Amino acid sequence: MKKIPKKVKNPYFAGSILGVVLFAAFALTHGGLGASGAISRIQVALTKLVCTSHVDSVGTFAAMGAGNRNALDHPSIFLLIGTFAGGLISAWLNGRLKIEIFKGPKISNIQRLLFALLGGIIMGYGARFARGCTSGQALSGGAVLSLGSWAFMFSVFIGGYAVAYFVRRLWAD
Amino acid sequence: MMLPVDIIAELGKIGGYLIFLLIGVGFGVSLELAGFGDSRRLAAQFYLKDMTVLKTMFTGILIACLLIFLSSGLGLLDFSQISVNQTFLWPGIVGGLIMGVGFIIGGYCPGTSLVATASFKVDGLFFLVGTIIGAGLFGESLPAFEDFWNSSFTDRFLVSDWLGWSIGATVFAVTIFALVMFYFAEKVEEFFKYRDTGKAWSWKITKRPYLYGAGILLAIAALVWSIGQPDPIRKWKIMEKKYSGQLTTRAIFIHPLEYVKTNNESTIKLITLDLRPNKDFETFHLKGSENVKLEELLNAEYVALLTQLPPQGVVVLIADNETVSIKAWQYLKVQGVVNLYILENGLHNWNNLFADKKIHEKTFNLASPPTEVLQLFPKNTYIPKIKIGSKKRSGGLCS
Repeated sequence: MKKIPKKVKNPYFAGSILGVVLFAAFALTHGGLGASGAISRIQVALTKLVCTSHVDSVGTFAAMGAGNRNALDHPSIFLLIGTFAGGLISAWLNGRLKIEIFKGPKISNIQRLLFALLGGIIMGYGARFARGCTSGQALSGGAVLSLGSWAFMFSVFIGGYAVAYFVRRLWAD
Repeated sequence: MMLPVDIIAELGKIGGYLIFLLIGVGFGVSLELAGFGDSRRLAAQFYLKDMTVLKTMFTGILIACLLIFLSSGLGLLDFSQISVNQTFLWPGIVGGLIMGVGFIIGGYCPGTSLVATASFKVDGLFFLVGTIIGAGLFGESLPAFEDFWNSSFTDRFLVSDWLGWSIGATVFAVTIFALVMFYFAEKVEEFFKYRDTGKAWSWKITKRPYLYGAGILLAIAALVWSIGQPDPIRKWKIMEKKYSGQLTTRAIFIHPLEYVKTNNESTIKLITLDLRPNKDFETFHLKGSENVKLEELLNAEYVALLTQLPPQGVVVLIADNETVSIKAWQYLKVQGVVNLYILENGLHNWNNLFADKKIHEKTFNLASPPTEVLQLFPKNTYIPKIKIGSKKRSGGLCS
């Protein structure tokens, strides 16, 4: 059975759901949402599989998984699994569950994947630098009016707009 | 019941983790519904053609912000217990700029790449793998600039503190800011749409339902502003049930000997607030203690110093009579000061307790008895009460 992808929801509607979920996260867990913390934990756990002693010697890795500590025994990992499941369920219900590569029409699939990997590396690096990603810093910190989070949020947009012109070939029609 | 609840303490680890999982599902669904599993839509934000990212993100922030401060104003939620991302201003800005670059090159952010991967988008998977590598590279390279990374730090620094406004006024301003942005976002999108179709473009608001929505949000923001956030006195009335047990069981009244012991412990940062009149303080006070007036403890700026203590910080209150010290305890407790204790009986039996004591045949400074003095008393002279709670709720889940 081939499903036709449904139209995405109105952004204000989706945003309202997001806001209610974010409020629930604060009300039930003290903290907001996030993704990059869990991603770092996965990275630490993977590093540990390859080279256990290395985790102990790098400061930020050790904080998550030094010695007997299991880097994955943390609520953020469950939040991450949930986010994954939520994305899967919603994509399935809306007919968007399909193996594909999203890209601008002017570049090849291989190019797109390499740039996705590169962008991911830069993003992962920046997210640790900023102590949080778009969800953990911008969304969660923004909602509780943290000054640093607001400054962060604007700089993400500035960073994106500043280089958008130079990489327009990636996305242009 | 007062929010927020500590779900892992309430339901145990498994139940708590399950709640985290469910919140994650909600998060994933809302991102997917917004269409954030598609890198082209996310990237289009930076070419001004599709403002979905901005609209969804700011709606989410605004709705959560209004809900948080409305429930806090109504006394349903204790904002002092909500974790606020710590501000590392410049590292945050630099990190944000780097992320903006990664965003436009890769087409996702960590959360959205997760949703893209979940819906089988191969570019999302590559991006996600990239973020894992990037996080590792960061840890490896951090020693080169660790000082900068830890610079310009302020714990719990709100936009309202920076502006010097009340929280209510700030929430109202944020609402207006978001609505103005939504208006421009709509207009910019229309501009590109009409340019292609040749329709005439104008500044007029074309979507009436949006106007009603904006009106409702503005009304809620005005309500948040007019209710205001509870001051410590009102907040104590709301939260009395939660904390008064610690007063009636006297669990937070410490014996002078425990004070001496704590004061001499190098791992503990002890703050002693002396609430007695200034002239009594001048006559005699404990070394390192600070003379403050009760009213000062209602001053948010002063209290901020106490809520920002490191996790092993302890605050002890000293007063002439218990009415004052209990009041001070209540004020500080509801403002989120942790590890907060009262010196039993103030300084009334301090002198009696230590006056005739000698160490190695020598008297010692009564204002700061050394730790050896403890050996002059039987072991069970007092019941230890100070428990250093794990205070810091880490700044969100990104740390």
